[in-house]
Amino acid sequence: MIRNPKDLKRYDAQERANHWLVGISFFLLALSGLAFFHPAFYPLTQLFGGGVWARILHPFIGVVMALAFLVMFFRFKSLNTMTPEDKEWLSRAGEMMSGDDHNMPEQGKYNGGQKAMFWAMALSVLLLFVSGIFLWRAYFSLPVDVVRLGAVVHSAIAAIMIAMIFVHVYAALWVRGTVRAMVYGTVTRAWAKQHHRAWYRQVMGK
Amino acid sequence: MALQSLDIARRSATTTPAPGIRQTTEVAKLIDVSTCIGCKACQAACMEWNDIRDEVGSCSGVYDNPVDLTAKSWTVMRFAEVEEKGKLEWLIRKDGCMHCADPGCLKACPAPGAIIQYANGIVDFHQENCIGCGYCITGCPFNIPRISEADNKAYKCTLCSDRVAVGQAPACAKACPTGAIQFGSKEQMTDYAAKRIVDLKSRGYDKAGLYDPQGVGGTHVMYVLHHADRPELYRGLPNDPSISPLVSLWKGFAKPLASVAMAAVALGSLFHYVMKGPNEVSKELEDEMEKEDAK
Repeated sequence: MIRNPKDLKRYDAQERANHWLVGISFFLLALSGLAFFHPAFYPLTQLFGGGVWARILHPFIGVVMALAFLVMFFRFKSLNTMTPEDKEWLSRAGEMMSGDDHNMPEQGKYNGGQKAMFWAMALSVLLLFVSGIFLWRAYFSLPVDVVRLGAVVHSAIAAIMIAMIFVHVYAALWVRGTVRAMVYGTVTRAWAKQHHRAWYRQVMGK
Repeated sequence: MALQSLDIARRSATTTPAPGIRQTTEVAKLIDVSTCIGCKACQAACMEWNDIRDEVGSCSGVYDNPVDLTAKSWTVMRFAEVEEKGKLEWLIRKDGCMHCADPGCLKACPAPGAIIQYANGIVDFHQENCIGCGYCITGCPFNIPRISEADNKAYKCTLCSDRVAVGQAPACAKACPTGAIQFGSKEQMTDYAAKRIVDLKSRGYDKAGLYDPQGVGGTHVMYVLHHADRPELYRGLPNDPSISPLVSLWKGFAKPLASVAMAAVALGSLFHYVMKGPNEVSKELEDEMEKEDAK
């Protein structure tokens, strides 16, 4: 759907579907994983049909997310190479956060913060996948010390990643006009010019 | 409601106090390795009382049969041939749950009420609440719990909590023909062990002693060992067992800390929005685009 033919295309249908697959599986993983992390969250297992079902499903959903993320990683990898402008942007992220983003360095399709998030997520998913294998007793049997280390890594990285996703989702909500890029793929020209001016100039051929 | 004589001291994945207004006597099983003859009557009694029969295995070349603990074999005699001062010693240890005062399994378990520590010291698995994650195996310093391949529940020695509840000794203690397995209050068992140790010392076992490892707060299954200075001689009985620091980190302060940190990030985002407002596209830019379109 294109609301205005002059809107800019930011994501195609495959990219959007890919992102939603990762997002949904992450959401399910966070809910079921938290249930095993702290007793306060244990009632979340009810969403999955009880504790046993949550234990059975969590690793399979994990494999789905890891695969979907892998595809997304190769889709967007080249767009997320850090440049000196990104580093400058990152060093001045405080200004952006305080609500004044008009003097920020000009940004391409992704700003420094988004790129940093991309790489942090990639590393997190890799660590979660590997440590998750260590904990998957139904199919893998590893020495107990490896399992213990896996448990610490898995829960620590999961907690960090949940926090990062809060920031990721919040950033999309906070910067008005962003969520539609994820839903139907387009953004307004004004949005692009304000937040990603270099990308705007590139797609407009200016 | 648990049997009244089995008041609850701790319950897995539960942050509020367990029902525990009553004081009960701490019990203990004492296994005197020096008087064990390796007859496996304890294994047979365990199978019979608990009504479980393991699959028939195969001979691995040693007396151990079955060769390891399983979901259906909650106790196993482990035979070690050790040479001490030029003489062969056949050290036979009845392996099984130690019923730690500070149980690593209970600490690691994420399922509320799947692992219960009774006030008398018995650590019991309640399989109806078990989700089969195997965290108890990860938490245990003695490598005891086993997940059943049939139902994916964790099993181990119950110290015959059902028998103890009605004033009976565990089946293994009842069956032992040499009195190598004794059962009573922890105090009585410690006293009995002291007598055995005096006897062993008089027979030339200078290092005889009681195995009641303090790293796990003491255990409710204790051993009298002829070589208490080297418990690892007895088929790898850990010298100074304790809950792994990794498990303590994972199920200790990391839990509340990470939960608070995640909540702080979520709340921080909300308050950022409330205090700074949304980051909207400026009116100027929108007007600029409109003008461009009007051209």
